[in-house]
Amino acid sequence: MANIQFSDVTRIFKRDGKDFMSLDGINLTVQDKEFVAIVGPSGCGKTTCLRMAAGLEFPSSGTVCVNNAEVVQPGPDRAVVFQQFALFPWKSVYENIDFGLRSKGLRKEERHKLTMYYIGLMHLQGYESAYPHQLSGGMQQRVAIARAYALDPKVLLMDEPFGALDAQTRVVMQEELVKLARLNPRTVLFITHAVEEAVYLADRVVIMTSRPGKIKEILDVKAIREAEDWDRYSKIEDVMDLESFVHLRTRIWKSLREEHAGTDH
Amino acid sequence: MSKPLSRGKFLQLTIIGIVGFFVVWYAARFLHLSPPKFLPMPHEVAAKFFSLFFEPFAGATLDEHMLASLRRFGMGFGLATLVGVPLGLAMGWFRWLDDAVTPIFDSLRFIAPVAWVPFAALWFGTGIGGPTLIIFAGAFPPCLINAYRGARNVDNVYLEAASVLGIGHLRMITDVLFPAAVPSIIAGLRIAAGLGWMSLVGAELIVASSGMGNLIVRAQSAIETSTVMAGMIAIGLVGIVIDVLIRRMERQLLKHRRG
Repeated sequence: MANIQFSDVTRIFKRDGKDFMSLDGINLTVQDKEFVAIVGPSGCGKTTCLRMAAGLEFPSSGTVCVNNAEVVQPGPDRAVVFQQFALFPWKSVYENIDFGLRSKGLRKEERHKLTMYYIGLMHLQGYESAYPHQLSGGMQQRVAIARAYALDPKVLLMDEPFGALDAQTRVVMQEELVKLARLNPRTVLFITHAVEEAVYLADRVVIMTSRPGKIKEILDVKAIREAEDWDRYSKIEDVMDLESFVHLRTRIWKSLREEHAGTDH
Repeated sequence: MSKPLSRGKFLQLTIIGIVGFFVVWYAARFLHLSPPKFLPMPHEVAAKFFSLFFEPFAGATLDEHMLASLRRFGMGFGLATLVGVPLGLAMGWFRWLDDAVTPIFDSLRFIAPVAWVPFAALWFGTGIGGPTLIIFAGAFPPCLINAYRGARNVDNVYLEAASVLGIGHLRMITDVLFPAAVPSIIAGLRIAAGLGWMSLVGAELIVASSGMGNLIVRAQSAIETSTVMAGMIAIGLVGIVIDVLIRRMERQLLKHRRG
């Protein structure tokens, strides 16, 4: 049982001695084993929400709780997948995945078993001793996802994990993540600016307003996905062709476009 | 600076420079600018350099002097590395340690290594202890400063990635800050080795009874200019060898990294 709970979260930052509000009154609960995606215009504070759940930043007021305990520091119970992969360039694929396991105090054989399992799951066999710079962007992000999953975290926090990948690789990774998420459901908070990605992956999509970021609306994708049985298709393009998918996507687009029109640019 | 030259042009100018240097040197003799006793010719210096390996001067052959110097150097430089690098990394991670050490460090590091000679001689004598402290005084600041800067400049992405993996302070320093700071640390070691080696020779001029510095200062008393110059060349060559070894170590350590 693991949930993420934002209660009346505001975030104020100072620039040139003036206060700016970047998040305003965020109330959101990600339920146990629920996949929630946040979309919003850039600068709306969606990444800040994720970083607060990770314990890398803190609210100016309000609370962020994971598993009903207030977040006070980062920890391996909340694995983070970063947009820039953040693999350690001086460690091999194997060592990168093993690195986090070592802080969990597991025995060596157990760590080896887990590391090899996730290397297999993420199709990284044969690259155990490769270094990150020898891998493509897609493979690097697979290592980062393996590193996060291997920790067996209560919650997974993904900050535009596919944002730095090319379009084809991105689609492959999205399909793999869906498989992984159905196979091994976790509590996931997923930040993206790609609407299709959010609709394809998430159980619920949270739309945020432009700064100061507020929650504009929350769409229940899961109900539609299950009603229309999207999971009978394994390819993303087949799902994206469905009328129910297109309808949802257009609805989110329109909502986001209003936000864009509201800003100066 | 003007724009870089082609390789051929570069080689050509290098050769002209070297040849010119020797031409001027020989010309000084033939124009009687200096008495031969004070300005031996290049070939005489070279001959002395090789003969010093077989004929002892100041109680030891050139290689024995080198070994004596290198032993002191190894002690002082090793100690500076073993203390300076971990302390610098720790200061880069723990703010309180940075605040505690920096004022003392900053006020001591402008004391030239040679200015430590009298104090070092009083406290640790002229055997191994005194010279070791003097080399340490030369080599320690670059070890510490570069490890510290390296640790402070580690990309925040790695620090965050490590902290969300639940890494403790010790592993943060040994497994993240240290490897990330290796290029900076190696650059520091190269500066430290150069300064340490120079400090050592300076110290040996004054306090030691063996070693390269002692060799050349004794040759000066005997007005053996060719021995002085051969000793200086040996000092320079050993310095280059130390630098090459550190650079080789750097290549080994950074083998797996990009650029």
